[in-house]
Amino acid sequence: MFPMLAIMVTVTGYPLLSTIRLSFTDASLVGNAPMSWVGLENYIYAFTDPDFRDAFFRSLYFAFVSVGVEVILGVLVALLLNQEFFGRPFVRALVVLPWALPTIVNAMMWRLIFNPEFGSWNALLTQLHLIDAYRSWLGDPATVMNMVILADVWKNYPLVTLIVLAALQIIPPELYQAAAIDGAGAWRQFWKITFPEILGPLSVALMLRMIDAFKVFDIIYVMTRGGPADATKTVSFYVYQESFSYLRAGSGAAYAVLVGLVCGILIGLYLMILRRQEHS
Amino acid sequence: MRRRRLVPTLLIYAAVAALVISTLAPIFWLFIMSISSTEDLTTLPLRWLPSHADFSNYARLMSLASHSIGEEFLYALRNSLAVSLSATAIALLAGIPAAYSFSRFRGRMGLLYAVLGTYMLPPVAFILPLYMAFSALHLLNTIGALVIVYCTILLPFVTWLLKTNFDAVPIEIEQAARLDGAGLIGVIRHVTLPIAAAAMGTAALFAMLLAWDEFFYALLYTNDIRAKTLPVAIGDFAAGRAIDYSLISAVGVLASLPPVFIAFVLQKSLVVGLAHGGVKG
Repeated sequence: MFPMLAIMVTVTGYPLLSTIRLSFTDASLVGNAPMSWVGLENYIYAFTDPDFRDAFFRSLYFAFVSVGVEVILGVLVALLLNQEFFGRPFVRALVVLPWALPTIVNAMMWRLIFNPEFGSWNALLTQLHLIDAYRSWLGDPATVMNMVILADVWKNYPLVTLIVLAALQIIPPELYQAAAIDGAGAWRQFWKITFPEILGPLSVALMLRMIDAFKVFDIIYVMTRGGPADATKTVSFYVYQESFSYLRAGSGAAYAVLVGLVCGILIGLYLMILRRQEHS
Repeated sequence: MRRRRLVPTLLIYAAVAALVISTLAPIFWLFIMSISSTEDLTTLPLRWLPSHADFSNYARLMSLASHSIGEEFLYALRNSLAVSLSATAIALLAGIPAAYSFSRFRGRMGLLYAVLGTYMLPPVAFILPLYMAFSALHLLNTIGALVIVYCTILLPFVTWLLKTNFDAVPIEIEQAARLDGAGLIGVIRHVTLPIAAAAMGTAALFAMLLAWDEFFYALLYTNDIRAKTLPVAIGDFAAGRAIDYSLISAVGVLASLPPVFIAFVLQKSLVVGLAHGGVKG
């Protein structure tokens, strides 16, 4: 156990504390300018900074919409894959494919698909006569976030599907037979039997996705770099810019601590759910 | 009776068809782009199939000529392999004993949860001090720095996954071996580890997936072919001014092959890893 703890303390425990310490200073990322303590100044600035507030709500929007769609779609696909049909093993294996693609490849792939001049998304929608003219899907602040969410959902809903499907497969079929005898229809059977049985694993999947979605960075960086006009600038991207573009380590650290606190709440919830499941 | 069952069946097959098409279409398109010429991809209206299959992009990527895109790709591939394999090896070496002791000494669960909680925090909470430390130690732009950072992602995950599996090894088996005169280390080596071997395989493959996928730290701490990993190289290609769509697509296809292969090998044990937080996004 000791080597593991030693590594974790050096490479996560120590930096975490350093970040908190930095957040009370006016440190710069480069150069040898002496740093001084500024107390709560960075935090006061962060709380009154409208740009950071916007980034915060953007992250929330991204997390709630993408995870919401992923959960609904994930459960629906899991229910589908639990039905009997020809070729089921093949389709079950296929669903893993988007999840297996590297995040960056996924982002790059959708960036090319949404290309305003030559992208296949424009070509498809035009040839199906759904739109009249090519659009700049990632260049329009009104549509860009939802297009990034589409790319994220395509890759990540299989996580929910796989976890829920595993839970569906261990529900005893007698439960459904008994309910059918009692005259319960498919809708009632879902809410009375299926849903309670998958609720535990589903909430684990939901929290994992939520934590990941709130700190989203990779897909944003490759698809939009936070643009256009900051329309996809999420909190992680904000901290990245503050620290590594503007080199303001002190205030970057303060923003990072705030982002960490929000994630900390989500993580606490996740661990609680997990512990309850281990006990049952 | 027959008609009532026909409609649901048709609905199921329609939904399956939609699922298969929406899953495969983007991936097929990525592959088609990789074997199309730029002229094919930029004709309007778009022709969906190239006039001829052109695998020259893949050939271009296999070149080590200096300052070529092939050189950048091959070095990134090497760096990604080196980082994923070393970080996974260290994570297993440190994670197996840690998992074992967490499994056998129940009172330490609080500590395990603390480690897990820390590792799920966003990378932004760690990037600044690590950057400063690596800079002071002249470790920026080295594979070593990435191996160190990736251990902090892989180690908690591996420890936790293995702990659950050690929990499933009955302590009675170990006690019986002890009575037969085996020492503690002997018991762990000859009794416990073989039983948990499959789980260690799963943990190792999952760890490699996580390391292969990591982007944020690699973006911040590397800047040329000496240490840049594949995700960073792809990010650069995708944002380049002179975009060669078919070439980037070929890089994407190649970078996806190892994780897709691992995912299919893992198929059966995938869910266990996922529920333990084996996700990056």
